[in-house]
Amino acid sequence: MDFSAFDDIPGTRVFTPERSRRGYHLNQFCMSLMAPANRERFKSDERAYLDEWPMTQAQKTAVLARDYNAMLDTGGNIYFLAKIFATDGLSFVQAVSTMTGMSVEQYQDMMLAGGRSPEGQRSISKGL
Amino acid sequence: MARVTAGVASSHIPAIGAALDLGKSDTDYWRPVFAGYDWSRDWIARERPDVIVLVYNDHANAFSMELIPTFAIGVAQRFAVCDEGYGPRPVPEVEGHPELAWHIAASTVLDEFDMTIVNELDVDHGLTVPLSLLFGQPASWPVKVIPLAVNVVQYPPPTSNRCFELGRALRRAIQSFPEDLSVQVWGTGGMSHQLQGPRAGLINEPWDTDFLNRLVADPDSLRAMPHIEYLREAGSEGIELVMWLIMRGALGGRVRELQRFYHVPASNTALGHVVLEPTEF
Repeated sequence: MDFSAFDDIPGTRVFTPERSRRGYHLNQFCMSLMAPANRERFKSDERAYLDEWPMTQAQKTAVLARDYNAMLDTGGNIYFLAKIFATDGLSFVQAVSTMTGMSVEQYQDMMLAGGRSPEGQRSISKGL
Repeated sequence: MARVTAGVASSHIPAIGAALDLGKSDTDYWRPVFAGYDWSRDWIARERPDVIVLVYNDHANAFSMELIPTFAIGVAQRFAVCDEGYGPRPVPEVEGHPELAWHIAASTVLDEFDMTIVNELDVDHGLTVPLSLLFGQPASWPVKVIPLAVNVVQYPPPTSNRCFELGRALRRAIQSFPEDLSVQVWGTGGMSHQLQGPRAGLINEPWDTDFLNRLVADPDSLRAMPHIEYLREAGSEGIELVMWLIMRGALGGRVRELQRFYHVPASNTALGHVVLEPTEF
């Protein structure tokens, strides 16, 4: 199956089979944080906890840096990644804003003003 | 015989649950959101449905990457409330209706929808937030609920047409259940929102309005909508709107629109809500 048309959407990583294959262990690491004991172990030594998982170096580096765009690029899915920012005590708005290059306040102001306009955000190739 | 008496669509934004649970529903930010459901809370208190078939998606809570069912129906007597990472929501357990759920599972499979049957299922905000919006904070939910989970996380999700057809199969299943029950079908999630990447925060009110209009009056026109159109126009998580088509398919041909509410923003999302009543039985 060819899902390459999704790559024409600006600023978006669709969770395709290929991303899912690459991200399997990253996403399952995230799921492990649903258990309170695992959250505590992760928080006490993040690197050691990550090294228990067969993740790539790029995935581990992205998690340690809380670089959510890099986590998406390496196969993470936002609902799985939510377990990381829940562990950090962040809301969806706080975590999501970090992917946009805006401060939390700027992002919230944009949402209060009606959100991000779809104009120019639909298609890279067509500039729509 | 059981009857499909109404359809409800509602966003299931987790921050709404948090606002209610933490006593923030009367703040300036949240008051308009809850006020938008005042009519519906009164309506459902009068309607008193026996069962809700609640179409929602799990958000990496009950289902991980280990198992990704496209359509899954909960047939248990009870469904516990997930700890999604912030602690479980302080809401009642959800009581199921195993007899009707098994009947729907059997009927839809024989109708060529290969449903996954789930005996152990913890439910997340996708299911509990719409219940909170319609019923408030009761000591126990005043209705039995059959969870119907749809994969909209891993691509590809089911198509628009498949969702609409599943709704039609649900209608046939419910209408062939011998007990006299009032059954509502709810579709949840949406409307436009994107929770990931530099494009996060996308909202498209004109597109959402058009979707609502067509959902009510011309749902056949939505059956051919490809996934990429939801993504381009309504954001990556706007794909959840395919679940509204299951609800609409279950209502039959014509419907009466009893209520509509639309509000921006609720957290990252355009909140949409409609109450529809079938006019053909």
